[in-house]
Amino acid sequence: MDAILIQLLNGLDKGAAYALIALGLTLVFGTLGVVNFAHGALFMLGAFCAVTFQKILTISVKVVDPSITFFTAYKEQPYLEIWFGDVGLAIIDYAVPLSIFMAIPVMLFIGLAMERGLIRHFYKRTHAEQILVTFGLAIVIQEVIRHFFGANPIPMPAPDIVSSSAAVGAWLGLSENLVYPWWRLIYLSFSLLIITSVFAFLQLTTFGMVVRAGMFDRQMVGFLGINVQRKFTIVFGLASVVAGLAGVMYAPILPPDYHMGMDFLVLSFVVVVVGGMGSLPGAVAAGFLLGILQSFASMTVVSQYLPGIDQVIIYLVAVIILLTRPRGLMGRKGVMED
Amino acid sequence: MQIEKKRSNLFIMAMFSIVVLSMPIWLDPLGANYPDLLQKFAIFGIFAIGYNILFGLTGYLSFGHAIFLGVGSYTAVWSFKLLSMNAIPAIIFGTVLAGIIAALVGYVSLRRSGIYFSILTLAFAQMFYNLAYSVLTPLTNGETGLTISSDDPRVLDRLFSDVAAGGGLPSTEVFGISMSGYSGFYFTAVILILAFFISLKIFNSPFGLKLKAIKSNQHRMKYTGYNTRPYLITAFVISGMFAGLAGSLMAVTDPLAGAERMQWTASGEVVLMTILGGVGTLYGPLFGVAIIKYLENIFSAVNEAVLQSFFAFMPQWLNDTMVVIVSPFVGEGWHLTLGLMFIVIVIFLPGGVTEGFQKLKEKFKKNDDQQKLKQGDE
Repeated sequence: MDAILIQLLNGLDKGAAYALIALGLTLVFGTLGVVNFAHGALFMLGAFCAVTFQKILTISVKVVDPSITFFTAYKEQPYLEIWFGDVGLAIIDYAVPLSIFMAIPVMLFIGLAMERGLIRHFYKRTHAEQILVTFGLAIVIQEVIRHFFGANPIPMPAPDIVSSSAAVGAWLGLSENLVYPWWRLIYLSFSLLIITSVFAFLQLTTFGMVVRAGMFDRQMVGFLGINVQRKFTIVFGLASVVAGLAGVMYAPILPPDYHMGMDFLVLSFVVVVVGGMGSLPGAVAAGFLLGILQSFASMTVVSQYLPGIDQVIIYLVAVIILLTRPRGLMGRKGVMED
Repeated sequence: MQIEKKRSNLFIMAMFSIVVLSMPIWLDPLGANYPDLLQKFAIFGIFAIGYNILFGLTGYLSFGHAIFLGVGSYTAVWSFKLLSMNAIPAIIFGTVLAGIIAALVGYVSLRRSGIYFSILTLAFAQMFYNLAYSVLTPLTNGETGLTISSDDPRVLDRLFSDVAAGGGLPSTEVFGISMSGYSGFYFTAVILILAFFISLKIFNSPFGLKLKAIKSNQHRMKYTGYNTRPYLITAFVISGMFAGLAGSLMAVTDPLAGAERMQWTASGEVVLMTILGGVGTLYGPLFGVAIIKYLENIFSAVNEAVLQSFFAFMPQWLNDTMVVIVSPFVGEGWHLTLGLMFIVIVIFLPGGVTEGFQKLKEKFKKNDDQQKLKQGDE
């Protein structure tokens, strides 16, 4: 029972990352009709926003270390600590959550620049060409990041207060041994918050209504005198922010490196097609579903009988679903069918 | 008409053979005349020719061809380990097994088309990569990669000659001719010529025409009573076999197979080569291979010292700035250049270099015509 619950939780937070990336992919696909292979790179850029933010906060100066009295020793002391004392240290400790405030404008800007600069020229081209150009863009982004941050993963600590584990088992009246890292719980609730707000934004605001109408029949909305293209550009920016935030918060779970985007990209594409191309709830559901499935497949009970199944299960499921339910779990009729 | 075509085919083949076999001569001034690089040209040429049969003719964008490259390599190394260091059985087994795997993958993925096909092949690529990297470690030797060792069984070799156990590592050969250096290149070159011949035949055959029809309008093709699926699967298997052949030739040049060869980004490279040269054209992929492998060879060897001397004619401050600007794009940063090239080509020249040539040609022709008209007026 404990093992099952812990795997469920593990799967949920992995699934949360898949769901967030897939949500953005589906948004872009549903509105602009573009298959964006650079979306994984946006996730990676988000994680590196956190890295950059932390680097900025910890800009240091060499000062004499007073704790060593035998000789004059030097140590690096961040300016923030010198200026603000303990408050400064606390800010550095909270670098990851605070970097959200930097990531939002940065990712919005990157998203808008990407759409206006490159992707808008590809609406009329074939899907193969869209895939290829965004694939090239993903390589470029990845290499630029490698140039500036190196090839090694950069560990990003979560704030001290949540670096321990939560006693999930004790809360539920189960075993005391059932513990779960706090940060992962935070990630899970954070992504649920984002998913809910994206849906609320699309369902409850006028802007969202126009976007949904535009997804349904772009031409008609255009006839009504609405600049659909502008709205869709903003949606692209929004998708970029969602992917970026997913990356920022994922940094303490997986130390960011330059190819994490590509690693997540394939998985999130699989998630999108399993959920059904163009269906937002489908993308979210499939994200969580595949995350949980993968985590269950890595249990020792399962791998005893089918060694290595956790490595391939997602792709196997994707292949089976695409063959038996061509539209995916919740795909709409007439989206990308040929 | 028929005879004329045959003759022109013969002419093309003769020209092609001459160009390929004389590569050591005419690549010498370009500084690309060493066997390793020449072999790379030929091997990736085969890979790209095969890929072009699928992507160029039918328009199905596959991200899974690295699978077959990897399968070919692994099979060839196993053939070296178990049977003989002779390259012939290795490439035969490699090609056949790659063909079988391609039939399986193709049978499943070709049930869907368009972007779904791409994603299915992507999923397969990732699946096979994971299998090779961790799950099938006894077969693939996982992370380290599969290599030959001096105490392998090599049944056939031991049958015909007394191989002293514990000698050095044997090298690959074809009936006694060692496959290193120029003999290795000529071996791959002959196979490249054969592969090109097959591709030429396919391009000119009714089968090739049907594949082109699938690309231009699959629905209409179906209305005329064709079942397109068998054609697609055949094309997929053929291109998979070409990839397997290329993979096993890689193992012949260097008897080592690693999982990274199967990563889907490796398929991305062959897509780029095909596109850069010209999708769906006979020679295009070969141009693409030549350009990319040549540039890769140059760019990845360049470092700051080389750049310093390259810009030495400039004043010092300009020299320094140029080095700072250019250095991210060379050496380790070769992939950055590759990615940029990818974007630029897809945006401005979707038809690749071949289309560029044609455009240039038309422009010249137009200029000529206009001049002639002017002269006529006078």
